[in-house]
Amino acid sequence: MKVLVTEYLRIDLDRERWECRACEGDLHDARDNYKRGLLVYNRNPEEIHPPLLDTSKYSRTYSPNPDWCRILEYYCPHCGTMIEVEYLPPGHPPLHDIDLDIDALKAQWADRDEVKVPPVGKYTPAPRHSHAGHGH
Amino acid sequence: MDDQITDGYISDEEQALIDRFLDDNKLFLGPDPAIMRNHSIQPRTPYEERLLSQEQDVHQLNHVRGLVSAALDEGFQMVNQMGAAPGARWGDLVTAIMTPTGDLSMIAPHGIIAFASVCHYPIKYINKYWTQDETVGVRDGDGFIHNDARYGGIHNTDQSMMMPIFHDGELICWLACTIHEGENGATEPGGLPAAAESRYDEGLKMSPFKVVENFKLKRDLVTFLQNSVRDPKLQLEDMKVKLHVVMRMRERVLAIVEEFGRDALAAMMRKSLEDVEVEVRRRIAELPDGTTRVQAFMDSTLRENAIQKLRMDVTVKGDRMTWDFSGCSPQFMNRSVNTNIGSWKSALVTGLLQNIWPDLPHTMALLSPIEIISQPGTIIDAEGEAPQSMSLMPLFKACTIPTIPMAKLGYMLPHRYTSIIAPQYDQAATFIYGGLTQHGEITGNFCGDINGCGQGARATADGEDAVSPVFGFMADTGEHEINEEDVPIIRLGAQVLAKDRAGWGKFRGGLGYEQVATVRGSNMFGFMTGCEGSMFSSAQGMFGGYSCPAYQLCKIKNVNVFDIFNDGTTDISDVEFNIVDLMNKQPFEGGTYTSQDMGMTFEICNEGEVYMICQGSGGGYGDVLERDPYLVLKDVEEDKVSASIARDLFKVVFDDKTLVLDEAATEAARKAERQARLQRGTKFDDFVQDWTQDEPPKHVPYYGSWDDPNTMIIGAGEARMKVPYDQIPPILMPDPKDLQIAELQAKLAACEASKG
Repeated sequence: MKVLVTEYLRIDLDRERWECRACEGDLHDARDNYKRGLLVYNRNPEEIHPPLLDTSKYSRTYSPNPDWCRILEYYCPHCGTMIEVEYLPPGHPPLHDIDLDIDALKAQWADRDEVKVPPVGKYTPAPRHSHAGHGH
Repeated sequence: MDDQITDGYISDEEQALIDRFLDDNKLFLGPDPAIMRNHSIQPRTPYEERLLSQEQDVHQLNHVRGLVSAALDEGFQMVNQMGAAPGARWGDLVTAIMTPTGDLSMIAPHGIIAFASVCHYPIKYINKYWTQDETVGVRDGDGFIHNDARYGGIHNTDQSMMMPIFHDGELICWLACTIHEGENGATEPGGLPAAAESRYDEGLKMSPFKVVENFKLKRDLVTFLQNSVRDPKLQLEDMKVKLHVVMRMRERVLAIVEEFGRDALAAMMRKSLEDVEVEVRRRIAELPDGTTRVQAFMDSTLRENAIQKLRMDVTVKGDRMTWDFSGCSPQFMNRSVNTNIGSWKSALVTGLLQNIWPDLPHTMALLSPIEIISQPGTIIDAEGEAPQSMSLMPLFKACTIPTIPMAKLGYMLPHRYTSIIAPQYDQAATFIYGGLTQHGEITGNFCGDINGCGQGARATADGEDAVSPVFGFMADTGEHEINEEDVPIIRLGAQVLAKDRAGWGKFRGGLGYEQVATVRGSNMFGFMTGCEGSMFSSAQGMFGGYSCPAYQLCKIKNVNVFDIFNDGTTDISDVEFNIVDLMNKQPFEGGTYTSQDMGMTFEICNEGEVYMICQGSGGGYGDVLERDPYLVLKDVEEDKVSASIARDLFKVVFDDKTLVLDEAATEAARKAERQARLQRGTKFDDFVQDWTQDEPPKHVPYYGSWDDPNTMIIGAGEARMKVPYDQIPPILMPDPKDLQIAELQAKLAACEASKG
């Protein structure tokens, strides 16, 4: 039994392991912080949100200030999918953001069917696909 | 007797005497913590118990519910059509029905959902303190007003009208109408004074009091209120509108009681609360046990840049859910960006209804089963003298940040109540204005652009562009042409979507739009803006999606564009009235161009000067390398995204002229980027060893916990303190102008010293 947890993470309940949903690669002990199974990169936010105003004229340019704000990018070590992103002040401890009770999870899913494809929902927009304006 | 006191012995009789004496002689009936700290529905009254112990005709209850909903809807539409406040015209209002004991059962099926969990507090106060008070009393034909959020409310710019409804001499319910009125006589016009340094700068602070008797406004009190604000006409008009709306709703409700009986109304109101509570517990129980967490960093007090941390732990255990906000920034004693816990909870309900469980009825029972933990004296649970007039800053975060930990619990479910959705843009990106209009009238209020926040990206689609305020999904941005008839604000640019400013991802956040404004026809009119997020991104991404960018306020001072338009000596034929072109090309010679924090206290905008801000984007969802290349190119074609971002960030390869995709090259570029990630990424444990510090960089003013929720970091540089939560000192920020003067004096002294 595998339980989906996020867009890119799932837990194999039998093996008690975090897995990457993009490549099915094994990541880490499900009873621990999944981030310990990932690669991290300290990204300058100006590379993601490039300055739109002339930096020779202005200091505030629509880019976050890299001395105040950094982007931690978390990658799957197998396929390079960006599994999570975290905006932090420099030096702030990364957040242990998902901390599930694995025994309770096993009991809860004992009588549920495995969900392999996440549901879209009745009132949610269907995935859109477009060929430069003339979608099909 | 002395011995008895020393021993701490007081008989029951003596204690009762003391209690009665204290009750009868309370010096000041301030906000009541027993009311304000309890967000749960009250136990059934004996009457409700008797009613609900009998079998219910659910079809009749549903019929009654529909009729009450129609009555609330009618009231809402009346305010929408007749209300004078801009907020009334754009839907920033509510009509509501409460049980006799004050629990909020239903609100109108549109408008601002935050009100669903906040209108009940002042009614519970009235029930507790005024009903039995011989100088006040609660009688048929009475109406009560209030605006101070410390007694219940979102913030002090909202004013209410609350009416007890009697049938055969019995109180059967309360009806209420609340409007975001704007102007309230604060130290700055418009009702949201960022410059307030104490609660006495906030303008009107109405505790609940009677302003209507025999269904008529008491003119002496109305005059007092008119005399206390900048817009006496608005004050009178909307008090009349709200009174007649609750009177119309009263007619409807009494007609329902005549037809179906009092019992049917009472059973419906109570069932509406209890059924929601049961359903929320069921939804909690289907989530996994465990804890998910989120943190957010606000970067401005609206007077200076300073990081204020917010954090939230969501813990599920069976059908119990706890939301723990320990570790948030301490409150500021002379900054307006604090909120009380009641208002904070109302914004949490907004987050639930707007982004997580939008299918549930809009009632206070939604939050009732959720346990809330907060630390009094923090920015989200402010107490005492701390001003709260720009409580919007933390409140908007409360609307969005629960989305993230709740998604990390709910993603696994075999069904969806709505999309998994990244946080919406969460700033009040609008011009707050005030001064003398072109008609010679004094006014103060804010523009409807506050309602145009970009939606967060969804698991299956981009967020909607400029869709709604963060605090309600049914409000409009208004018509500038109508506004121009009332106030001297002229829009120089169209509301164009803000190109290249989005939370990127597999699906991107909905875009915001630009606001380019000036003033014409008044020499005493100005603006303020109240947003953070110009140093540190505000709306967070989800599951690998990026946050929105930073936004700032841009200005062109010392020009009069109308003179330039008229004199014909400057060629403006090529000027694009968008922010990036105006700021980079600087087409108006002699103008002073600045880009600054989006927190600006009120200042005069001289005729023809230009003020520019931007509504923002919601957060992105998923990995940018998974975005459909054709969606990337569609954004390029629609001028929402530049070719460089399509190429550099999304790794899409295409022909610049034809926008024809090179699928093979794109696939190769994305594969190469994934390889590059593997090369530059560091193992988490190794990374943390190098990255994590004991405290923030010295140069960053920081307020809130760091690694331990019970230890607070306060300030910057050598003066920074690290103290246990229960030892937080009062935080008084220096006046930014005093700091600037001190800096200039130091420079002057250095110059004089160098001259010998």
